[in-house]
Amino acid sequence: MATTNTLELHMLRWREFNAGAVATLPLILGAIPFGILFGTLAPASGLSIAATMAMSIIVFAGSAQFIALGLIAAGASPSIIIFTTLVVNLRHLLYATALVEQVKHLPLPVRAIMAFGLTDETFAAVSRRYQGDNIKQAHWFYLGSMSAMYGNWVLCTVIGIALGSAIPNITDWGLDFAMSVTFIGMVVPYLNSKAMISAVLVAAGMSLQFAHLPNKVGLLIAALAGISVGYLVAKYFPLANATATANKGV
Amino acid sequence: MIQQEAWLIGGMFAVTFLIRFIMFAMAGNLRLPAPLQQALSYVPPAVLTAIIVPSVVLPHGTVELSFSNSYLVAGVVSFFVALISRNLLLTIGLGMAFFMVYHHLI
Repeated sequence: MATTNTLELHMLRWREFNAGAVATLPLILGAIPFGILFGTLAPASGLSIAATMAMSIIVFAGSAQFIALGLIAAGASPSIIIFTTLVVNLRHLLYATALVEQVKHLPLPVRAIMAFGLTDETFAAVSRRYQGDNIKQAHWFYLGSMSAMYGNWVLCTVIGIALGSAIPNITDWGLDFAMSVTFIGMVVPYLNSKAMISAVLVAAGMSLQFAHLPNKVGLLIAALAGISVGYLVAKYFPLANATATANKGV
Repeated sequence: MIQQEAWLIGGMFAVTFLIRFIMFAMAGNLRLPAPLQQALSYVPPAVLTAIIVPSVVLPHGTVELSFSNSYLVAGVVSFFVALISRNLLLTIGLGMAFFMVYHHLI
């Protein structure tokens, strides 16, 4: 009996792992050009091939890696680049806070591995999973999602390095739009309540107002303003929030 | 890899992992107040919007509100594709295809 149960548990975990990878595929599609572009641009910005690979394997933070390239090209010191990475990645603190309730029962090493893979894409994929039923083994869904994202990110960096040396003007192809269109596709399903729409409109307006601030500080100000307004609209106009809780996932 | 690059990557890893791990590490003895939990539901759309909007309105660092800004035009087209189709894969596919064509026609 115990053997059968163990086998069933392994199969359930494997199904969750696969489902996590599959649910992340559309988001991976958007990350492919982004990863290739990173591999293509990095050597051109003055980073060695080894450091380009190491950054994707060890840091695993797309937008921070891109901003680092810009700063390296501009001759910024490592301490400036590290501080900028901190600021740009602060949004992950908010993602982690949103997931705490779902992961707090897991062993610390498992939580550490999951934290390493906490990207925008995996957060979007797992938030939806955690709204569903039977979430006891859903951390395997999370691990499947992050493994697919990670494998793809490292592979695309390799492809980018190879393409960059083979095709000199590949950076003119507009691959940088891939991130924008992916994020647009992720935001639109959220727009189902007045509170959510207010949050997004305020974030949009403020992001333009503060776009000139260095180190992406404007991003943080705009996001915090949007979150505050969304929260206040939902609190003081409760009807405006009628559908927001019903469909939070992407 | 030169020594300075190793320091840079080590430092970037340290801050990125710290930010992603600190909440998970303290998870056992942490209870978030209800207002904070409600506010967190607005985090993903607000953050993503704050990344998208400047990247399409100021693709080269200055505001470009014109039809010659292919990032903005393709961004608006992608928005409507997403709104109508509600399909992420289709949005990415059509959005990228539109951008590639429009960007090279301009």
